[in-house]
Amino acid sequence: MGLLEEFSIGLFFWQSVLFLALLFLLRKFAWKPILNSVNEREQKIADSLELAEKTKAEMESLKASNENLLKEARAERDAMIKDAKETASKMVAEAKDKAKEEGNKMLAAAQDSINAEKAAAIAELKTQVAAFSIEIAEKVVRGELSSADKQKALADKLAEDINMN
Amino acid sequence: MHKVVRFLLVLALAGPTAVLASSEGHGGHGDDHKKELTPEQKKAHNKHYVIHHTQDSHDFGIFANESEGTHYGFPLPVILWDDGIHFFMSSKFDHGHKTVESNGKYFRLNYADGKVYKADAEGHYITKKVWDADLEMHVQEPVEVLDFSITKNVLVTILMAIFMFFLFRSVARSYQKGLAPSGAAKFLEPIIIYIRDEIARPNIGEKHYKKYMVYLLSVFFFIWFLNLSGMTPLGINVTGNIAFTAALAVMTYLITTFTAKKDYWMHIVWMPGVPVPMKIILFPIELLGTIIKPFALMIRLYANMLAGHVVLGMLLVAAYGFSSYFASGAFIGLTFFMNIIELLVALLQAYIFTMLTALYFGAAAEEHDHEHAAAH
Repeated sequence: MGLLEEFSIGLFFWQSVLFLALLFLLRKFAWKPILNSVNEREQKIADSLELAEKTKAEMESLKASNENLLKEARAERDAMIKDAKETASKMVAEAKDKAKEEGNKMLAAAQDSINAEKAAAIAELKTQVAAFSIEIAEKVVRGELSSADKQKALADKLAEDINMN
Repeated sequence: MHKVVRFLLVLALAGPTAVLASSEGHGGHGDDHKKELTPEQKKAHNKHYVIHHTQDSHDFGIFANESEGTHYGFPLPVILWDDGIHFFMSSKFDHGHKTVESNGKYFRLNYADGKVYKADAEGHYITKKVWDADLEMHVQEPVEVLDFSITKNVLVTILMAIFMFFLFRSVARSYQKGLAPSGAAKFLEPIIIYIRDEIARPNIGEKHYKKYMVYLLSVFFFIWFLNLSGMTPLGINVTGNIAFTAALAVMTYLITTFTAKKDYWMHIVWMPGVPVPMKIILFPIELLGTIIKPFALMIRLYANMLAGHVVLGMLLVAAYGFSSYFASGAFIGLTFFMNIIELLVALLQAYIFTMLTALYFGAAAEEHDHEHAAAH
């Protein structure tokens, strides 16, 4: 059973033809579409992974920037509140001062007018009292001088007073 | 299944020692009339049986009884070239018993070697004088005809090619539904990717591997599936035929040669980095190497597959040859074990052929600038 004796040219011919035919058919209908699909899928997977990684990084940076934004907002709010508080207390203090001043002013004015009224009243009272005194003295004098005895007694007394002095 | 049918084939073909045959109920094929063979004759008979079943044939035999001369199977078309085309069905040969006349020419099939020879009207082989180197004398040898018949191997190859075409086309189509593999692609895709990533890419290189993928994938699956077809009980032996492996090896050689870059030829003609006398010595060696490589591919696959079939055949003959149940059973167990090994070999040989082919392609496609820079 030598190699050459077993070798059949006809079989060799058919095998070559059949294999070549199969090669070209498979190339067109099988290997190219299969390899393309597999490559496409691998590319897709790689792309998706990359995209996921990218998205993750983006989310991370977004989160960080959000945090920053929040921090800033908080700081701003705090500053605003502080400002408002300051302004309010300032306003209150100002109002208080003003009110005090006004009050003092009013008080002083009242005092002045009270003093003036008082002075006027006293003055009037003085004149009234003087008038009453004169009236009373007139009446008393009139009574004292109503009889000769009494006029005489008074003259005595007055003379005594002057003597004593 | 394989084992059982082969076992039945052995029973039917090699004739009985009645014990096993009758116990299996398949022994009644007129064996009683058979005259006792001497051990020498038996040996020759068994050898012929084993060899015959590794050979290509002009009809698709499924079951035969040689002692009765009955054959079950179907004939295949015979196409011969002898001053014109001759076409007829192989049933006309009647398994080598009859001389066939076609367009005024006579042909005879030699059942022993399965070849068609020229004959005369009386059915005698036409012989010619040839020099026999072993005997160192001229001998008369029958004249072979150029035979382009659709033999059993050709038929199996055609069927396998059709099967592969539809199988891989369905795989390709399954990707139209979605990029995830489905159906047969689930099983075949990892193998395809393995060939791409573990065979083609590392051996050929990222830059050039793509154009060789079609050949590597085709050759791998073609060899593997045909190897597996040899494991069926039909006694197919395509990959263990030298013409088949030669066809593939020639193709590998042609692709290597015609896609080879300048570096490949430089390494053959004028090996860089060695002294000039060495360059001259290396040239014929390297040139021969380009032929030896595909030649080794051819022999490796052929010898491995043929040897597997021969061993299986011999084990079955041995299983049958003993008259003790124990010994026969042991040999059948051994045959089963061998079958499992052959399943592995079927894949392994396809892998080795593809791997080495990729390696040769890699050498052809290689462009290494660094070596040239070092040589200057």
